[in-house]
Amino acid sequence: MKSSEVQIAGSLRRRLAVTLIGGMTILTLLLFFVVRNYAAQIAQQSQDSILSASVTSILDAATMRDGEVQIDIPYASFSMLGTNTDDRVFYVIYQDGVALSGYEELSIPKASIDETSVLQSTTFMEVPVRQVTASRVLAGADFRTRITASIAQTQDNLSGTLARISRNAAIFGAGFFSLAVLLSILATSTTIGPLKRLADSIARRGPQDLSPVEKPVPSEMAPLVSSLNHLMHRLDKSMTQSEDFIAEAAHRVRTPIATVRSHAEMTLQRVDKEENRQALRSMIRAIDETSRAAGQLLDHAMIAFRAHQLEFEAVDLVEISREIVLRMTPIAEMKDIELQLSGESSVIVSGDSILIQNAVRNLVDNAFKYSPADSNIEIEVQSRPSPYLKVVDYGPGFLQAEIETLTDRFTRGVNAEGTIGSGLGLTIARDVAAAHNGKLVIENHHSGGACVILYL
Amino acid sequence: MNLSQPTVWPDYTMKFLLVEDNEELAHAISTRMQLDGHVIDHAINIADAIAYSEAGEYDLILLDIMLPDGDGRDFLSRHRDGQKDTPVIVLTARSQVSDRISMLDLGADDYVTKPFDHAELQARCRAVLRRRSGTSQTLIKLADVEFDPVAGHLSVAGSTIVLRNRELRLLELLINAPGNIFSKQKLFDRLFSYDDDVSENAIEVYIARLRKHLDKSRLNITTLRGLGYRLDEE
Repeated sequence: MKSSEVQIAGSLRRRLAVTLIGGMTILTLLLFFVVRNYAAQIAQQSQDSILSASVTSILDAATMRDGEVQIDIPYASFSMLGTNTDDRVFYVIYQDGVALSGYEELSIPKASIDETSVLQSTTFMEVPVRQVTASRVLAGADFRTRITASIAQTQDNLSGTLARISRNAAIFGAGFFSLAVLLSILATSTTIGPLKRLADSIARRGPQDLSPVEKPVPSEMAPLVSSLNHLMHRLDKSMTQSEDFIAEAAHRVRTPIATVRSHAEMTLQRVDKEENRQALRSMIRAIDETSRAAGQLLDHAMIAFRAHQLEFEAVDLVEISREIVLRMTPIAEMKDIELQLSGESSVIVSGDSILIQNAVRNLVDNAFKYSPADSNIEIEVQSRPSPYLKVVDYGPGFLQAEIETLTDRFTRGVNAEGTIGSGLGLTIARDVAAAHNGKLVIENHHSGGACVILYL
Repeated sequence: MNLSQPTVWPDYTMKFLLVEDNEELAHAISTRMQLDGHVIDHAINIADAIAYSEAGEYDLILLDIMLPDGDGRDFLSRHRDGQKDTPVIVLTARSQVSDRISMLDLGADDYVTKPFDHAELQARCRAVLRRRSGTSQTLIKLADVEFDPVAGHLSVAGSTIVLRNRELRLLELLINAPGNIFSKQKLFDRLFSYDDDVSENAIEVYIARLRKHLDKSRLNITTLRGLGYRLDEE
């Protein structure tokens, strides 16, 4: 069956998954940075408070004796700064802007003029350091001096801690992310699930099943399902109407034609004058042509209608041919034509039996029309190389030039002069072949008659 | 019009029941059937058809599908359920694609699609009766000739030949009314369909063939110049 083309505009599943996973990614990154920054901040704070304590202890040790500033740096001031890594510590002490002790190269911020500590991250000897600077005013009776102490520590330990925290935060974030992705996938499929089940249940239906969907669906899908049901109802109705219409139309057209034909035939029995008889004969011929055309048009409509909803089943081409031969034999006998069926005893194809019957009937009907009296029509069914049915007659055959155009609607061969037919027979057979992915081959038999092969 | 009386050969008389609501068509079919020497009863609806089929025995039922009081297929299934095996030929005007299968499924022996050639209906009746030939005896005896029009067998002087279709139909016409004159036209109309592109003289070929078959018998086909042909007993 032909799959109908559908315009695809993205995928709901993908859209949902992208939204969920995208959101989760942002959340995870946010979480990672928040945790890491918070941890870094706390680590920094603890270093800062130790550095501050160290600076304060140095300042506290400063005393005035005999107008001289004495600073006896306590051991603890530096020992408290000890870390498990070899972090280096630099210090400098100024008195009123004059370096007393330590690394004079260690610059101190100008702002450090009151007693509050100034914290800053800077570089010293091309190494990033954390520096704490504080000052204190020593005052005597006639004396007032400002002592400023600054301690800088390298941050090897801190960055080690930070790396550890980052790693842990990353592991935590990855775990969180995987879990979130898993949940997203689960959420996506539970959401898409009912939609997919609906699609499956509709796809599994036979071509004739136009009953409404009755399984419960989520409320968001209710409008879709309800319009679908509505559409199927209308389709069902219009298909039934079409089929009824075709049958009814046939009845309406054929019954009066039958009456007219009977009258003409009856009249012909009573009329003796040759020109009247000729006129009546051509009238009957025209009537037959009309009714054949009407019949084939309706058949063609029915086939076009059915071709869109094929019901494939195992069909025995030989069985179909046998039925048609049986059916046509009485008429064939009237012209003393013999219908011969040859080939394999059973050739099973997958197809729509009504369509195939119609195609075969039209082919035999055609052969029948063009066959002279006292001749044969040969029907051969074989399964190799691919299943085919061949109808050969001993009539005038096709003109070589016409073979291409013959299956076009309403095209009749030049040799068809004087024979009843609407020209739809080969078109019907070709359409049926096409509906089954087969083909119709038209050629002349070496005997000169027509040879039509229906491949299915 | 020369209607041959079937009473002459009661064995051969076929009884048909025609169920058809279209009066004109029914009249046409009845007239043709009577011309062929058959007896035909006409029912215009299912109720009539049931009454007729219960009252009498028929050799064949011709059944229209769309009837004023219902679907002919209902009659068909009722008929079959009632253990009647009278052969039924359905007259249908419906599309051939959709309806044919269900009719054959319901037990119709064959069908013709309206409008039909009377010769086709006749041929189908013959074919159906031939398939059921165990049930009806259709032997016509005239002089030293035995003729089975259903099987198409002609026995002359102890040997049997199978007639081809047109020979059979021609002999059937002639033997049905021996001594009557049939014009060439009349015979032509009955033997050839309207799309046969042949002249009325083609009938002479078949007369010649029949003469050959009847050579050893006491039956003669006489040519009456300008009038037609007549079957005579010696």
